[in-house]
Amino acid sequence: MAQVSATPQSLPLPAGWRDFYALTKPGVISLVVFTGLCGLIAAPVRIHPVLAFTAILCIALGAGGAAALNQWWEADLDAKMKRTKGRPIPDGRMEKISARDFGVGLSAASVLIMGLMINLLAAVILLFSIIYYAVIYTIWLKPRTPQNIVIGGGAGAFPPLIGWVAATGHISLMPIVLFAIIFMWTPPHFWALALFVQTDYEKAGIPMMPNVAGEASTRKQIMTYSVLLLPLSLVPWWIGGTGAIYGISAALLSGLFLALSIRVGTRRRAGESDTMKPEKQLFFYSIVYLFALFTALVADRLILAQGIAA
Amino acid sequence: MTDPLDTESQRKQIIAKRNRAVALSLGALVVLFFVLTLVKFHP
Repeated sequence: MAQVSATPQSLPLPAGWRDFYALTKPGVISLVVFTGLCGLIAAPVRIHPVLAFTAILCIALGAGGAAALNQWWEADLDAKMKRTKGRPIPDGRMEKISARDFGVGLSAASVLIMGLMINLLAAVILLFSIIYYAVIYTIWLKPRTPQNIVIGGGAGAFPPLIGWVAATGHISLMPIVLFAIIFMWTPPHFWALALFVQTDYEKAGIPMMPNVAGEASTRKQIMTYSVLLLPLSLVPWWIGGTGAIYGISAALLSGLFLALSIRVGTRRRAGESDTMKPEKQLFFYSIVYLFALFTALVADRLILAQGIAA
Repeated sequence: MTDPLDTESQRKQIIAKRNRAVALSLGALVVLFFVLTLVKFHP
């Protein structure tokens, strides 16, 4: 039988560990870990720090696995966009199949460890969130509907729910509200970004809201979601899940979020030379908003817990 | 043109670094499982 021998010149260089790390979207993971940790700390049950660390590690591994699967599937689209063409696969530093195997491996490991060491319900929700992001969102709905961001928001909303369930072992109203807050926050956050990187998404053929429904409609929808986010962010306080520290912080943070959204919602692009400053401000503030809101939640819970203990 | 020997040594370097990263991750997992076993199953 003939043997095929590959010369060193004919083989591309293998992907390095940094490429695999980049495949997990570390920036997104930091937000996932943060909200997951907040869900875990905000839960009314204390778990051993080693178990808490393991639960957060599983959430991070699961998110990393889902991100790798997302990049495996979207490699061709990524190559068409300035923001994503430097990623390991479109840049030619990694083979698609390596990304797929890495994604499946990380996802399987995360669910397995969560199920064995934390609890079954948390593992089931983690598995569902990975399938939701990698299959329902990335493969099925993202290329088909301009509502992709609304649906994708569900994937990003799972971490606090998983963190809470990892600590308590069951689902209650509070983690569902936390899920809903991130779900409602996602459309204004991403559509603000889509407004100033619109041409890139158009080039890749992704039906983002500004390309399909137009800028005016997108701006109105940004306002609508922000109006809904304001009372929703106060629900944890109204249902008695948190105290005034969270309630006041949420009112102030969401009020500013709404003000910035109204500014974006009531203006029009002033030609090609428009720097899109209000849209950029809303996008960057939305990141600060989520971190600040969940920090307030944790601070409130810790202070409340200390008060009860005293 | 790139020297094939340079490419080969680069390949070996990348693979060695990857192997070290995998070994470190597996080592960390072993330690984690050991600590988890102590936490969950030690009376």
